[in-house]
Amino acid sequence: MAQVLRVEQLSKSFPGVVAVNDVSFELGEGEILALVGGNGAGKTTLGLLLSGIHHPDTGRMFLCDRLVDFASPNAAIRAGVGMVFQELSLVGGLSISENLFANRQPVGRMSLIKWRDLYGQTAEFLRRFNLDLDPRRLVKTLSMGQQQILEILKAISNNPKVLILDEPTSSLTESELGYLFENVHTLRTQGMSFIYITHKLREVFQIADRVMVMRDGRYIASTPVRQVMEQDLVGMMVGREIVNMYGAASNALGPEYFRVEGLTKTGVFENLSLRLRRGEILGLAGLVGARRSDAARTIVGADTKDSGRVVLNGRVQEIISPADAIRRGIAYLTEDRKEGGLFVNMPVRDNLIAPSLRRFVSRLDLLSSRKIEHYASEKIQEYSIVTPSSATKVIKLSGGNQQKVFIAAWMGIHPEVIILDEPTRGVDVGARAEIYRILRESAATGAGIIMISSDLPELIGMCDRIVVMHQGRITGELTREEFSEERILTYAAGLALPAAQAPRAAAEEHP
Amino acid sequence: MIDRRVTIPSKRPAIISSLRSIIVFREFAMLLVLVVFVIVMSILAPIFVTRGNVEAILLGLSVEGIIAIGMVIVLISGGFDLSVGSTLAFAGVVTGLALTAGIAAPVSILFGLLASLGVGLVNGLLIAKMKINPFIATLGMLITIRGLLLVLASGRAVLNLPDSFTVIGQGRLFGLQYPIYVMLVLVILGDLLLRHSRFLRQNYYLGGNRRAAWLSGINVDLVIIVDYGIAALLAGIAGLLITARLGSSSLTVGTGTELRVITAAILGGASLSGGEGSVLGAFLGALFMGVLANALNLLGVDVYWQNLITGLILIVAVVVDVVNERRKSRPR
Repeated sequence: MAQVLRVEQLSKSFPGVVAVNDVSFELGEGEILALVGGNGAGKTTLGLLLSGIHHPDTGRMFLCDRLVDFASPNAAIRAGVGMVFQELSLVGGLSISENLFANRQPVGRMSLIKWRDLYGQTAEFLRRFNLDLDPRRLVKTLSMGQQQILEILKAISNNPKVLILDEPTSSLTESELGYLFENVHTLRTQGMSFIYITHKLREVFQIADRVMVMRDGRYIASTPVRQVMEQDLVGMMVGREIVNMYGAASNALGPEYFRVEGLTKTGVFENLSLRLRRGEILGLAGLVGARRSDAARTIVGADTKDSGRVVLNGRVQEIISPADAIRRGIAYLTEDRKEGGLFVNMPVRDNLIAPSLRRFVSRLDLLSSRKIEHYASEKIQEYSIVTPSSATKVIKLSGGNQQKVFIAAWMGIHPEVIILDEPTRGVDVGARAEIYRILRESAATGAGIIMISSDLPELIGMCDRIVVMHQGRITGELTREEFSEERILTYAAGLALPAAQAPRAAAEEHP
Repeated sequence: MIDRRVTIPSKRPAIISSLRSIIVFREFAMLLVLVVFVIVMSILAPIFVTRGNVEAILLGLSVEGIIAIGMVIVLISGGFDLSVGSTLAFAGVVTGLALTAGIAAPVSILFGLLASLGVGLVNGLLIAKMKINPFIATLGMLITIRGLLLVLASGRAVLNLPDSFTVIGQGRLFGLQYPIYVMLVLVILGDLLLRHSRFLRQNYYLGGNRRAAWLSGINVDLVIIVDYGIAALLAGIAGLLITARLGSSSLTVGTGTELRVITAAILGGASLSGGEGSVLGAFLGALFMGVLANALNLLGVDVYWQNLITGLILIVAVVVDVVNERRKSRPR
């Protein structure tokens, strides 16, 4: 097999993280290489480097034995490297033809578009791929699956030598998936090579010739698919050392007081049920697309649900807006603290009081600056927030201290249930330990905590119980004795554990 | 091998769907409303359909009709231009001063057009290269240019412009004044080019999904700069025509034009979030506003009521759109 792509020692850093670290690999002509790894393994970043969207810090790429260095996605496309992204890049208000041939429409005199040629070429192209669609049809009238297929065809229409597919199947039905795989196989016999980024291990075995594993930005291994088992892959994807900075769990859990029953948002997640005891830290594990954040947003009323209910202290709670959730003592700390959490251009003290403004008003509904100042300096001390003063803008603080401000602010409403979404993303080790301590202390006072995290060692270190989700469904539940990264990842990838290893079926009731 | 076609039943015959892609819902609705409106008015006030009145409507429309072409292009790309009113006056003053200095009419006109084009290029560069929000950049230019022209003209209108210049606004062909023809030619040309030229078509990609446009190899910055250039140049042309019609360079002409033109474009189907709209739609929107104002005058409705009615119509039109969009995007 002739070599089409060779990558040597590619690296790329972003502030605070080495996303791709010294990665080398090769790709043969007509080869389908699956690229797997946990969240944050650097798979997508590697794709972005290969397709000219990001520029590598160091390292070299050879396409057909010629050194290449792409200045833009356009340069990569022209050289023959295309990429299909997780999020769609189609324009809904334009026709299938115009999306397929974006900026490559056939033109005549005065650079006017030749519509008949455009539609003709599109029809021919669609026929080649057995798609019975009107070239003039507007993209927004297509189903999500059809749009995703169109997105892939758009990249294929550039006739690339190497096509990178990043999680291309998230909204495809089974028959659409079969259709996609068939066409990928046809194209590879014509010499097109594929890098198939996925976390669905099942698909690796369905489509790929070879699989490459990444972890923490590094190349771990690559092997022909025929010579590897699913469990081996999971083992390679994990394999981190666990440092104990999580503190000791308290042994005395209180009674069960919070339940989510059969929560459903059609097409997003189905029949989600959770139970939480006072003082308990419940982990919610899963990979990208598991819909954990969607579930959390729905619980606190930021998204609408289709069915299901939330029960707190024995009473069904009607929660249709975040304000309702706050009134009932349910706090949700979003994963993007800068976008949906903090007011980054405002001082630390204003952020600290934001969720509980009412407590700081004196008569006439005026805010009392004395009360605020007092409260802020107290919290800064209590949560060991490192800041020059309470008047410093939050954006000036480090990620870890921003997160502490965020948590301190929400603890101010004295929540009974705290839902945290990726509480330590982009937080350095020192601040992490602080955050873990804060969470343990809150749990000790009787609050229940639901912690969504993609950091498996963190979940294992912190939680009393872990519920695993895969594509909007709960696929497993593990008690402390049963915790292992392999088990979590297996459930998260939507695989069933081998019978001997399976600790418990997901639906089974606790005594 | 099994034929696994992904088939989708088409809801309507191809001919209708292709017709719909040419005349979108909004343009068709505008046209229908206009026709009904004209019929009703011709019964209520027969003077409405007389030649003189029709000419008055079209002449009044010429300024905003021309500017609407550029505005809708900018809106489609996801942008916004508040500076067109100032630019209009600026072109008139620059040309007026050149004429007063004894420069020949064609050269003076060129000066005026270049001045307006310059405003547009500054807008475009600020927005594309400096990444300044279009609203802020063009609001700044609105105020700056209005100030600049006051400084240039020392606060006084430039009067008594020569006939060699005023003819472009006052001359007639087949009994209609030139500005009407200029407007009609520009509207037809603009509509065709926005539909069929590859360059202008790129605006729909930009407004629909800017990142996707960039990933598809579109030179996003260039398109934005050209867009604001076109919008300002068209405002300049409109400014010269009205200056010629008035015979003097007014310093206050065009005040508030930007908002009326944006209203017209939105009535005609453009969206402030970009990706939608057409020149024909924007023109119909402007025509509708012109006809409405004229009709209210003829019916003796107090001028104060006219703003109120125009505002309500804008809100109703947008609400209809939102409801329509929600109905369509409901999950199947």
